[in-house]
Amino acid sequence: MTEVSVREIFKSYGKVEALRGVSFEAERGELFGIIGPDGAGKSTLFRILTTLLVADSGSATVAGHDVVKEYNAIRACVGYMPGRFSLYQDLTVEENMEFFASVFGTTVEENYDLVADIYRQIEPFKKRKAGKLSGGMKQKLALSCAMIHRPRVLFLDEPTTGVDPVSRKEFWQMLGRLKEEGITIVVSTPYMDEASLCDRIALIMEGRFIGIDTPRGIVAQYGAPLYAVRADRRGGLLNDLRGMEELEACYAFGNEVHITAKQESAETERRVAEALAAKGYGDVEVRRIEPTVEDCFMKLSRR
Amino acid sequence: MTLRYLLEKEFKQFFRNPFLPKLVLAFPVLIMLVIPWIMTMDIKNIGVTVVNHDSGGAAERLIRKIETSEYFILNGVEHDYEEALTALEYAKTDAIVEIPADFDRRLTTEGSAPVQVSINAVNDMKGALGANYLGALCNEFSRETLGGAVGQGGAAAAPKIEIVTQNRYNPYLDYKMFMIPALMVIVLLLLGGFLPALNIVGEKEKGTIEQINITPVSKFTFIFAKLIPYWVMGLLVLSVCMLLAWLVYGLAPQGNVGIIYLFSVLFILAVSGFGLIVSNYSDTMQQAMFVMFFFMLIFMLMSGLLTPLRSMPDWAQYMTVINPPRYYIEMMRMVYLKGGMLADLQTQLWALVAIDAVLGTWAVLSYRKRE
Repeated sequence: MTEVSVREIFKSYGKVEALRGVSFEAERGELFGIIGPDGAGKSTLFRILTTLLVADSGSATVAGHDVVKEYNAIRACVGYMPGRFSLYQDLTVEENMEFFASVFGTTVEENYDLVADIYRQIEPFKKRKAGKLSGGMKQKLALSCAMIHRPRVLFLDEPTTGVDPVSRKEFWQMLGRLKEEGITIVVSTPYMDEASLCDRIALIMEGRFIGIDTPRGIVAQYGAPLYAVRADRRGGLLNDLRGMEELEACYAFGNEVHITAKQESAETERRVAEALAAKGYGDVEVRRIEPTVEDCFMKLSRR
Repeated sequence: MTLRYLLEKEFKQFFRNPFLPKLVLAFPVLIMLVIPWIMTMDIKNIGVTVVNHDSGGAAERLIRKIETSEYFILNGVEHDYEEALTALEYAKTDAIVEIPADFDRRLTTEGSAPVQVSINAVNDMKGALGANYLGALCNEFSRETLGGAVGQGGAAAAPKIEIVTQNRYNPYLDYKMFMIPALMVIVLLLLGGFLPALNIVGEKEKGTIEQINITPVSKFTFIFAKLIPYWVMGLLVLSVCMLLAWLVYGLAPQGNVGIIYLFSVLFILAVSGFGLIVSNYSDTMQQAMFVMFFFMLIFMLMSGLLTPLRSMPDWAQYMTVINPPRYYIEMMRMVYLKGGMLADLQTQLWALVAIDAVLGTWAVLSYRKRE
């Protein structure tokens, strides 16, 4: 059963084209990730799907309702967590929960079981003002508030941006549990490592999807052999590698450089190592690696 | 039901604000205690320099009379007009009264004598009033002098008309009595206009409006929940002002207090509705603030608060038809000073109702839950 269906959505702000023909479908109970850098159009897409913004063209349905014509029906059954913390900072944790429950015509008690896992972690601070919470706790509260009316579809716009690694991990575990409740979750993130935690992902760049598949499927599409290169000097390494004829792509990846060869060859590792040694690099290490989603993103975005 | 929760939230936010509750309390108190003393158009303490060319007793009596008047300060008696003029040019004095050499003689023989008054009219109000006061003082002087000398010279007993003015509704022409009701209007206009103007745009800046926009809360409920707190606050502030006016200045409404409250409810709705409209169209607080300043200035200057509407050009008078403070100020002065009844205020009442209907609808419609 399709919960979210998006067809050829276009949206521009004046001359800036934020979305240039985006389409995807998410099934009921699916954790769908939209992965892409800042400014790729993720938030615009979310705002269209949550009925806050009207697209220039294209159509979309959420939980079976058209986002333009039946926006009222959608508002009652989706939860939205904007990228920026937007709960009332001058109300306490408890008051925010009660407020959002009541404007959706429900109570905290009624849906406590749904948010219990998350809310229990911030409940000790329920008398504290939302503005005084730490980043991770703010996100947990925002998620709790977005879910307090038991939405069918949950839209989370960069929920882990600016959150520490431990809280990020916890957060994704919570999403996994919500999925089991049958809630469809559409989540965006600029972190490639979070992509593998989704059921399916769409890679977005400059307003276009450059690939939609399962994380495994995206990685499997990579094709070309990938190597990680490391040497004692990093300065100039990238440029020297770029100067080599037989390599197709070179890009910095952490403190290594990832390269792909134009042709599959058992010799590539050795030849690159020798060429670098000849240029005076020491401790040269070239090894074959499995591509990650980020490698796929780099490759797809080059097209 | 939802309205109740929205209201609860608005009030909690208001009282938790470290600054707003204090402002709302201090602002009316300060305005009511300080401004009535400052905003006075009574002209007093006009500096007068007398150039006296006569040494007779009449001239001396006239100078004494100027000196003892509460409107004038005698800056000195010169014998040279040029010197006095220099003082006027350097703004050391406001007016020159020149008494001619044969003043005493002509007064006693001919029954009349000229006195020249030169006055600094840069401030035309002060100039005109000063000249008037001096004229009145001279009239009084001649009446006293000639009255004592009737039948002496050839002074013909010319028939004269004496004007006796009775100041209705403000018998002592106390400018404070005129200004205090108007100040209450200013307080309500500023608080009731600016606070709502900053409210919605504030939610926009903090991002909280997005969370509200995706809820099923209706536009009407949302706007209504924003208006009610300003109603409560406005009526409270008005009560504080009225209490202070009575305690400090002894000014109590001549008419029915109920009328004042009825109009206040309508007036606050108009200005708060206007504030919310500005807020809906603004993207930042700064923008909302400047737009409000612009309109508040127009509202105030075109309301008859400081200058009478009747002396404005026709086109300006037509414009004031849609200016809510105009009607409210008329009502305030009428009820406070003249004891006006509701029957006398039908125009003002229905004008405000009409303005409310337009602004209220506009406020709801201009709030957009999606772009």
